Amino acid sequence: MRDLAWLIPLFPLVAFGLITALGRRLPGEGSHVAVAGIGLSALLSIGIFVEMAFGAPPAEMTVRWMMLGGNPLELGFRVDHLTTIMLLVVTVVGSMIFIYSIGYMHGDPRFPRFFAYLSLFAASMLLLVLADNLLFLYAGWELVGLCSYLLIGFYFERPSAARASLKAFLTTRVGDFFMFLGILLVFLTLGSFRFEEIFARVREGALAGATIGGLPLLTLAAVLIFGGAVGKSAQVPLHTWLPDAMEGPTPVSALIHAATMVAAGVYLVARTFTLFLDWPAAGALHGGAALQAVAYVGGITALMAATIAVVQDDIKRVLAYSTISQLGLMMLGLGMLGYTAGMFHLMTHAFFKALLFLGAGSVIHAMGTNDIKAMGGLARTMPSTYWTFLIGALALAGVPPLAGFWSKDEILLEAFHHNTGLFVMAALTSLLTAFYMFRVIFYTFTGTLRSHDAHPHESPPVMTLPLWVLAGFSAVVGLVGAPMLGNPMHRFLHFEGVAAVPFSVGLALLSTAIAGAGILAAAVTYRWGIVPSSALRRAAGPLYALVVRKYYFDELYALAVVRPVLWIGRSLRVFDVYVIDMLVNLIGVGVVALARLYRLFDLYVVDGVVNLVGWTAKALGGTLRYVQTGRAQNYLLAIALGVIVIVAAGLLR
Amino acid sequence: MAVGLTHFLVVGALLFCLGLYGVLTRRNAVAILMGIELMLNAANINLIAFNKYVAPAALDGQVFALVVITLAACEVGVGLALVITAYRNLETVYVDRIDVLKW
Repeated sequence: MRDLAWLIPLFPLVAFGLITALGRRLPGEGSHVAVAGIGLSALLSIGIFVEMAFGAPPAEMTVRWMMLGGNPLELGFRVDHLTTIMLLVVTVVGSMIFIYSIGYMHGDPRFPRFFAYLSLFAASMLLLVLADNLLFLYAGWELVGLCSYLLIGFYFERPSAARASLKAFLTTRVGDFFMFLGILLVFLTLGSFRFEEIFARVREGALAGATIGGLPLLTLAAVLIFGGAVGKSAQVPLHTWLPDAMEGPTPVSALIHAATMVAAGVYLVARTFTLFLDWPAAGALHGGAALQAVAYVGGITALMAATIAVVQDDIKRVLAYSTISQLGLMMLGLGMLGYTAGMFHLMTHAFFKALLFLGAGSVIHAMGTNDIKAMGGLARTMPSTYWTFLIGALALAGVPPLAGFWSKDEILLEAFHHNTGLFVMAALTSLLTAFYMFRVIFYTFTGTLRSHDAHPHESPPVMTLPLWVLAGFSAVVGLVGAPMLGNPMHRFLHFEGVAAVPFSVGLALLSTAIAGAGILAAAVTYRWGIVPSSALRRAAGPLYALVVRKYYFDELYALAVVRPVLWIGRSLRVFDVYVIDMLVNLIGVGVVALARLYRLFDLYVVDGVVNLVGWTAKALGGTLRYVQTGRAQNYLLAIALGVIVIVAAGLLR
Repeated sequence: MAVGLTHFLVVGALLFCLGLYGVLTRRNAVAILMGIELMLNAANINLIAFNKYVAPAALDGQVFALVVITLAACEVGVGLALVITAYRNLETVYVDRIDVLKW
């Protein structure tokens, strides 16, 4: 079944083509085709997963595309354990979100187009995941970026959505630029794009000690590639696009901006993990400087985004910042040599964050607003949404035995063993995560409805069914990493040569306590009102102002990047209008003047000569016509005189 | 004094000049026709004289003279008809007044 892997991205691609071509004429206005496409991919992915779980070796299918300077360029698919996990996440979560979208997007004027974009996204994402070389991966990488752009700007009539899509596209492009440089650097030094070849060469120590411009080459390449991950996974300092990306429809936020595409950065780091390590000739493997960078960027992002999430009132923005924070946590895990931990958290996060977003979508669908302060008491009117959202929130907060607990615990474990500073950051992030999630729950589902013109109602089954399926996954999927069951996740996916950190009951208790403390603090503030939130705001003072303005990143970028660029653009426009256009106009005016001059020449010289000839002939004729007297005798006289002259001339000669 | 070819030629030349003078100076179309007759007959004298003195055995000159006489008769016929037509249309036979074909 592994050699059918190429079919996986093909199904959604065919669905995309069909919906684009036929649109509303398809069953369900195209939605059924899209669901069928992703569903078939999901079935195939599950089949491959089962095969791999029973110990099948990784498989690869490669075709030669062309030669590039003596190096073959190859395109191909690679199915290994890492890919299998990603395939499973993308297709299973994707299927649920596709089904949910049928209900959520019902009645939208661009309904078929939405499913076309979603299918294209799924195909691109699966291509990215299955690629066996950096170039192919990069192609998928850019395609998902394009789909993200199209879907964020799906409601392009809204200026804010149009701006957000542009912002997302341009911001991630900054990271992609570095990533492409990194890919080229690897290709230039190792002469191949293929993962297997690159990693084998690096393991042999092909790049050990190599430098470029005084920098160690391997570290530089790894950091450049990580640049792409920073952009795509919205890590500091390129995180500003993700909250704005919430302008897109909620299923898009769930699929692209929570579960799959933004996790591609984490996947990229895991995929190229070999490049991030130092490869000593002997002794244990350890992370290089690049991996340190990954860990610190992840840690800072996790903590910073978590603090911002606490003060957001837009339910989707809370979840967006939460996503950034969790992605940071995954990066932190990878940076602490926690290859399995990072990927495990990616997997569990995909399920419960997709669930939370879909739950939020259900709430927004019912309320018509994103503002959690306008909601309240929705637990009674929307029981399915409430219960599934609660499961998702508990999973995210890290309450055992739900999914988030196991994966987050592993990251904390890795951090605890390698770097105390980062462990504290991760722990604080966990505390804040539990706090802001339950702040949202208390605001949204408990108390009484604060908005008076809303009439909330439960969503249709086509929306609640995916919620329940995802809730089920969120509840149990973490158990694959449970040490009591022998940690099958670790056995399935691990990095050769990196020792696993043993499970610690004490730390697990601590992490549970942290989650409980966060929930309790939220309850104290927002449920029972013992410490009102206004008091907290006053106590935080300037810190609150800093956080509520998102650490002034947007303002800083506006000042440092956007305005200079706009200024340069305007200056260039002025230059264009006044210098380039002037030059062009000058040439035009010169040509016109020359033409005028030539016209005079034509008028007075050329026409003059012609007229002169005509005028001369006319004058001559005018004079000579009087010879024609009309009297025959005159002519006769002339003839007689002529004859006399001729005869005289003949005689005299 | 013996009469020779030269005398005939001189008479012919004088007659031709008289005819030409008449043609060029008379205003009346009929008089011009008469001038033309004089010139034709001057030519006839020449033809006969040359026939007699240069080639007496041949008859060409005499035949030519007869042809010219016939021609002259025809010419007068046509000419008078033209004069009458001109008179009918222009009410004049003076050729200096018949100058419609000028300029």
